[in-house]
Amino acid sequence: MPANDHAVVLRGAGRRYGERAALRDVSLELPAGQTLVVFGPNGAGKTTLLRMLATLLRPHAGEVCVLGRELPDSGYAVRGRIGFLGHEPLLYRELSGRENLRYHARLHRRPAACVQEVLDAVGMSARADDPVAELSRGMVQRLAIARTVLHEPELLLLDEPLANLDPAAAAQVQPLIGRASGRTRVVTSHDPAGGLDGADLALGLRGGRVALLAPASAVTTAQIAELYA
Amino acid sequence: MRQTVAALLAKELALELRTREAVPAMVLFSITTYVVFHFGLDRDRVTGDLAAGVLWVTLLFAAILGINRLFVADHEQGGFDGFLLAPVDRTALLVAKVIALFSFLCVVEVVAVPAFAILLLGPSLTQALPELLLVLVAANAGIAVVGTLVAALAIQTRARDLIVPLLALPLLVPVVLAAAQGTTPLFAEGGAGALAGDWLAVLALYDLLFALIAYAVFDFLLED
Repeated sequence: MPANDHAVVLRGAGRRYGERAALRDVSLELPAGQTLVVFGPNGAGKTTLLRMLATLLRPHAGEVCVLGRELPDSGYAVRGRIGFLGHEPLLYRELSGRENLRYHARLHRRPAACVQEVLDAVGMSARADDPVAELSRGMVQRLAIARTVLHEPELLLLDEPLANLDPAAAAQVQPLIGRASGRTRVVTSHDPAGGLDGADLALGLRGGRVALLAPASAVTTAQIAELYA
Repeated sequence: MRQTVAALLAKELALELRTREAVPAMVLFSITTYVVFHFGLDRDRVTGDLAAGVLWVTLLFAAILGINRLFVADHEQGGFDGFLLAPVDRTALLVAKVIALFSFLCVVEVVAVPAFAILLLGPSLTQALPELLLVLVAANAGIAVVGTLVAALAIQTRARDLIVPLLALPLLVPVVLAAAQGTTPLFAEGGAGALAGDWLAVLALYDLLFALIAYAVFDFLLED
């Protein structure tokens, strides 16, 4: 189905929770190395879309292809190539940041040395041995970003990645998860101006349906604001 | 898979050492239950089938506490998603959880069995200990496999605390039956008799059967 230069291809993709359709008839193509920004009010289906692309949710309709593999059948083949940053940091609160990252490094067959590298990159080396439960939300988010990029994924799925980060921290993580990372990215955002900055394609969801799909350069902040009206 | 199991197991043990949620509660429950039996039966010492029954019913209920907690951190703190996002064999999670629960049960019994001998058991434990260890290991294996399976199923439901005993207790009746029958001669009034080998074989068969069932269905329990 997909051309190999497309990192993400959706054709009529849908997902239900019981009787409620969370995502309906979503079709798009995202070339490798590009960034898709997803806008939409709460409950529009943004998180569902990301979790489906991350292989955490099965699509109930249509075709979903990630990194050249069809989901859900070939999910096992792409899991290690995806970095997923959701609303939850996916870190154990009682363990330290370093212990959590070591655990994830072992699951992804990465050398232990990469843990210190990502801790340095997110500026968390000084507090790396504190239990996650004792860290501020911003610090936890930085650790979650470290976890997301630890295994050098090709595709980043980022659900409001800069939430809880101060401006300095947000700037510090840009080389890891920003456009400068050179990775294909799917990013959800509620910030029209900031979201469109650095994006190639913009998707607007409302009620689980595609309300807007256009090159980011052609989308205005007024169009984004309309999604939330 | 060995590396993945080792990573998961190290995480399980680190979490239990930090939180001390499961094992201390199981130990305390066991000792409290012996005290309750002591007064409930109005006896200072028990022997034979009664002793075996008291021991295994207590250990089974203590195990339920551990089974209830087995996947809580993974469920509440995103550990499931973290694991599912990794390119690993999902059976590794089953193996690691079974080993973790088995280890917790063994640690509990290091305290709970001597406590039983002190508080309730009539005959000396020393003579029965080598053969009792065999029964404990075989029963723990069965409880760990079935417990992990039930815990993985129950964690997806809202009524986890209710589902675990409702599912686990009937499934574990054969373990209690075989373990108690196997242990009864060891706690005989006149000194430890020979271990009932047939019942040990039943336990081994049960362990094997449920290990195969768990291996076959565990992946589906993790599916969305």
